Amino acid sequence: MKRAFLGEFEEVVLLTVAVLDESAYGVTITQEIEQKTGRAVGFSTVHTTLQRLEEKGYLSSKMSGATAERGGRRKRFFTVTTAGRKALMEVKNIREQLWDALPPQTLQLMGG
Amino acid sequence: MTKPPRWLSFLLSCFGDPNTLEEVQGDLLELYAYWVETVGERKARWRYGLSVLKLLRPLARRNETDSITHFLSPAMLHNYLKIAFRNLTRNKAYSFINIGGLAVGMAVAILNGLWIYDELSFNTYHKNYDSIAQVTERGIRKEGNRYSGTSLPYPLATELKANYQNYFKHILISQQPEDYILATGDTKLTRKGQFIEAGAPEMLSLKMIRGTWSGLNDPHSILLSASAAEALFGKTDPLGKPVQINTKMDAKVTGVYEDLPHNTGFYDIKFLAPFDLWTSVNPWVKEQQWDNWFLFIYAQIQPNADFDRVSALIKDIELNKLKSLKGRQEMIDRQPQIHLLPMRDWHLHGHYNMDDTGPVQMVWLIGLIGIFVLLLACINFMNLSTARSEKRAKEVGIRKSVGSLRTQLVSQFFSESFLVVLLAFGLSLLLATLSLPWFNTIAAKQLSVPWANPSFWLASLGFTLLTGFVAGSYPALYLSSFQPVKVLKGVIRVGRFASVPRKVLVVIQFTVSVTLIISTSIVYRQIQYAKNRPIGYNRDGLLLVQKKTAEFSGKFDVLRTELKNSGAVVEVAESRSSVANITMWNAGFSRKGKEIPCPNGCGTLSVTPEYGKTVGWEFLAGRDFDRRFSTDSSGLVVNESFAKMIGLKKPVGEALAWNPGWRNTKYFNVLGVVKDMVAMSPYEKTVPTVFFLENYHDWINIRINPAMSPAEALPKIEAVFKKIIPSAPFDYKFADQEYALKFAAEERIGKLAGVFAGLAIFISCLGLFGLASFMAEQRTKEIGVRKVLGASVLNLWGLLSKDFVILVLIGFGIATPIAYYSLSDWLRNYQYHTDISWWIFAASGIGALIITLLTVSFQSIKAALVNPVKSLRSE
Repeated sequence: MKRAFLGEFEEVVLLTVAVLDESAYGVTITQEIEQKTGRAVGFSTVHTTLQRLEEKGYLSSKMSGATAERGGRRKRFFTVTTAGRKALMEVKNIREQLWDALPPQTLQLMGG
Repeated sequence: MTKPPRWLSFLLSCFGDPNTLEEVQGDLLELYAYWVETVGERKARWRYGLSVLKLLRPLARRNETDSITHFLSPAMLHNYLKIAFRNLTRNKAYSFINIGGLAVGMAVAILNGLWIYDELSFNTYHKNYDSIAQVTERGIRKEGNRYSGTSLPYPLATELKANYQNYFKHILISQQPEDYILATGDTKLTRKGQFIEAGAPEMLSLKMIRGTWSGLNDPHSILLSASAAEALFGKTDPLGKPVQINTKMDAKVTGVYEDLPHNTGFYDIKFLAPFDLWTSVNPWVKEQQWDNWFLFIYAQIQPNADFDRVSALIKDIELNKLKSLKGRQEMIDRQPQIHLLPMRDWHLHGHYNMDDTGPVQMVWLIGLIGIFVLLLACINFMNLSTARSEKRAKEVGIRKSVGSLRTQLVSQFFSESFLVVLLAFGLSLLLATLSLPWFNTIAAKQLSVPWANPSFWLASLGFTLLTGFVAGSYPALYLSSFQPVKVLKGVIRVGRFASVPRKVLVVIQFTVSVTLIISTSIVYRQIQYAKNRPIGYNRDGLLLVQKKTAEFSGKFDVLRTELKNSGAVVEVAESRSSVANITMWNAGFSRKGKEIPCPNGCGTLSVTPEYGKTVGWEFLAGRDFDRRFSTDSSGLVVNESFAKMIGLKKPVGEALAWNPGWRNTKYFNVLGVVKDMVAMSPYEKTVPTVFFLENYHDWINIRINPAMSPAEALPKIEAVFKKIIPSAPFDYKFADQEYALKFAAEERIGKLAGVFAGLAIFISCLGLFGLASFMAEQRTKEIGVRKVLGASVLNLWGLLSKDFVILVLIGFGIATPIAYYSLSDWLRNYQYHTDISWWIFAASGIGALIITLLTVSFQSIKAALVNPVKSLRSE
């Protein structure tokens, strides 16, 4: 099996989409990442990443929910696909394996 | 709430990735509002700008996956056609009005197009079309009109040949075309022919069936047109056979050429013979000097020369010559200039009166009418489509919600209009072909549909597509713009303003139609007015025979006695001109040394003493010629116009001197004054004319016994002619028919205008009928409710008809001044013309109104009679 590759920011975005569940679209995702990570992320970066994730098949999207404050334009709502969930799980597993393999004294040094 | 900088949004909408543009624009707007709240407007703008810049994807293209069915894919086209056909068959009356109206409009446009093509392609049959010219003399007449005459003096031709030959390929002298008697064996016929120099067949690029272009080199030769050859010789080979022209000139057939087509200037010339053959029996021709204008000169210039340059070189030949001669002041005053009139101008710009733009105006007029009638038909199409838009709006809504793109709807409506237009085009070809023979008769043309001509098809196709585009554009662009939500909810009431363009179009239709009706009635009135003009003689039962050959001379007395003895004839007289023409013009009259002015020459016609009795002229004063008084040989009968110019109350008995310039002064006594006789144009003032007894006569006038019908009298008269002058065929003309010919041009305009006006009204009414039926249908419920509340049929009829009546009245209001100005302009061309009276306008207006009411009433009464229970129950 081809190993899923997720960049760090991609992982963050993908996770955020999963967190936001039903209401994940450009604006909420950007705001969520900003609030949760405290990073000033540009909307354009988020948008490009979302597109890349969709191309990779980790996300799917559909258009709906036009509101007046958007000038009547629809939103593109994202949901994580099965492939996306698998990829996230895989990354999580690898991390956990690595954490588990950490010698206890090193863990203590890190303040864990 | 503040908005982000507009230019940035615009930039994004232009260069953003079209696939994600919608959500990106929306997201950014939302974020902007959020940023303004959290970090302030300045920073928000900054962030917005930065994001926009980063999101520009100027090279991105829309993914085709969005619209899998391309709007021109065969499946879609098939579907469009199917729907179009269903729509046509579902509403048969509507389809009939649309297709029928368009077909009539297009047929008119085709006929007019053919007519114009024929006018513009006149003479192009000749291969040397671009280098042939006729030599003309231009000048200014006394009253200030510019003229361009084709009759020229003989020495001009010799001068041109002697000094200017190197600019020309051909300079050809020719006698004016005339009727001649062609005889071979026992066969005799009259054909129009022209004596011309030998280069003519080559210059005119005649298509020789037998013989060659050099056929006229032999002075005793004749070239026959195919039709003349067949009439003379039947199926036998005519080459080398003898033909006698007017019994005096012997010639041998040296060639046969294909008859020239109807749209050439030489169309009616049926034979060509050498100029030298004519001069051999008319030796006086070559002795003529610069005082007799009687010849035509044709020329073909060298390929490297051009008309303007050569014209400039030769323009003063005649003037210089005249200046060196004595007593030609009157002619010099006209400033005569020799000019080459190129063949392309012969037909439309070759008139004697240079300021007369009639023929060109006619081309414009016919073209305009064609366009207008077609426009009327297009207007019908547009009107009916938009009137029906409410019905189709639902369809548009459903199509859009199912996923049609606007382009698809546009192409659907266009394909419908193209289908209708193509059907109409097929029908119009049929109509045009069927009506062509009839159109040819009234237009005096020989047009045919050029089926094999690719440019005809190209033009037709272009014109069909254009019509389809014009007619279909409004529905296509308008209907496809509906918003599905509103349409399906039924919110769209195509309200008051939607019908404004429709009303404007109806007004245009009626403006055009009413203008045409008014014009037609005025043209007819003018013709009738001129026809009712007193003509000063009795044209019924008056027979005219031209003395074509020498055999007529000296036999008049025998002829007269025999004719009178036959009982078929009351009186016979000879004259210089036929009653419908004046062929001898002179000036030089004076009384007691005081000149009597003849502005452009007076008619001077020699007659035999019984002329007056024969034609039936009416005396105002004095008496007629009388054989018993030998002194009458110096007597003069003058017409009213001439008598006025003498300036005396009682001119009878006055002595006048006449010195025409080409002979010595003779003295005459005025015997009588007759009422003016209309010899030339019935629209102009009568020419001052004198009649006297001298002996040059070309015509025999015969008054048929009123107790006998012409059908009885003619065989008897013919028998006498056959007995006394056996060598000439008995060709005769009736004076009333000759006179009627003077109205041919105007009657043609009248008839054409009448037909087109009728068609215009027909098409407009078709449209109105369709519109009225849709209006009535739309208001079914309203009518039902009104009826329930107590409205009478009359009320409802008024309600439904009122709108249309107002439109027609507006159209009438616009048409009146247009018709008035253009027609008073047209009438000004005629010296003797009727005036435009108000009742013509009133009658046309009332007529249009009645037609409108009849058309609309059918629908409105039908709608008003419907039982309200039925109309309110439905749904």
